[in-house]
Amino acid sequence: MFGPFDKYAAPERFYLLARSLSPWLGWTSLLLFLAGLYGGLVYAPADYQQGDSFRIIYVHVPSAWMSLFVYMLMATFGAMGLIWKVKISDAMARSCAPLGAAFTFLALVTGSIWGKPMWGTWWVWDARLTSELILLFLYLGYMALQAAIDDRRMAARAGAILALVGVINIPIIHYSVEWWSTLHQGPTVSKVGAPSIHMSMLIPLLIMFLGFKLYFFSVLLIRARGEILDQEKNSRWVRKLVTNGGQK
Amino acid sequence: MQHLHEFLHMGGYAAYVWSAFGISFITLLANLVLPLNTEKKILGRIKRQLEKAEQKK
Repeated sequence: MFGPFDKYAAPERFYLLARSLSPWLGWTSLLLFLAGLYGGLVYAPADYQQGDSFRIIYVHVPSAWMSLFVYMLMATFGAMGLIWKVKISDAMARSCAPLGAAFTFLALVTGSIWGKPMWGTWWVWDARLTSELILLFLYLGYMALQAAIDDRRMAARAGAILALVGVINIPIIHYSVEWWSTLHQGPTVSKVGAPSIHMSMLIPLLIMFLGFKLYFFSVLLIRARGEILDQEKNSRWVRKLVTNGGQK
Repeated sequence: MQHLHEFLHMGGYAAYVWSAFGISFITLLANLVLPLNTEKKILGRIKRQLEKAEQKK
């Protein structure tokens, strides 16, 4: 079922892979951020309606997108851990949560900051904002659940069930701007048809999307490494790793 | 100099734009630094526990 992932199901191999992969992803994401920020803050022209405030899009939209993506990933890892009892799945799901919460927080905060000059309000209880706030509570609830249960396997199982139950929120968030009349605008980039946004504004956004993606995987692997070490601390490979001064 | 001033001014929206980017930067930086620190601490903790176990022998 896992194909190429079978080999890395062993925690030790996963740990070493994560350690070598993380820096590559991280540095690449930094380059993408720099390119995206230049494109978004300098190159792209000001919006004729929103002026320079529209530039908040370059952190707001990628954060919001990541908040949804990370949740789906977390639920998937949780399901894999539930069904096939893969230890690494549990560690990955657990590592996703604080990152997902951070992206959700950013989406809400940057959105609020953007909303103040544009809509004249920091907050409105429309479908998009409300369901995104619920997402934040789901993440925090998941993290609280992990902290409250001592046994890792039990914590992972409970968390996975919570994550899976909450999956319904994701399509609600995504389609909220279509199903309800919301203050929040419709989708910026849709999968069909030409985007309504100008190329010079779109390209930096796509670069930021990619930057956020790679950044996420880079730091996810860092967190997962910590989880694996903690999980496997009594195993021989960890002891050897530590006595070799963290090198291999 | 004029360009820099305009850039920082963000068409009058400076407070909004820069606070949004500032919070984003801090949040992303924290999520990089804190887990790296945690990993280091875990390794240190395991090492100390091993050394204690060695001494008891």
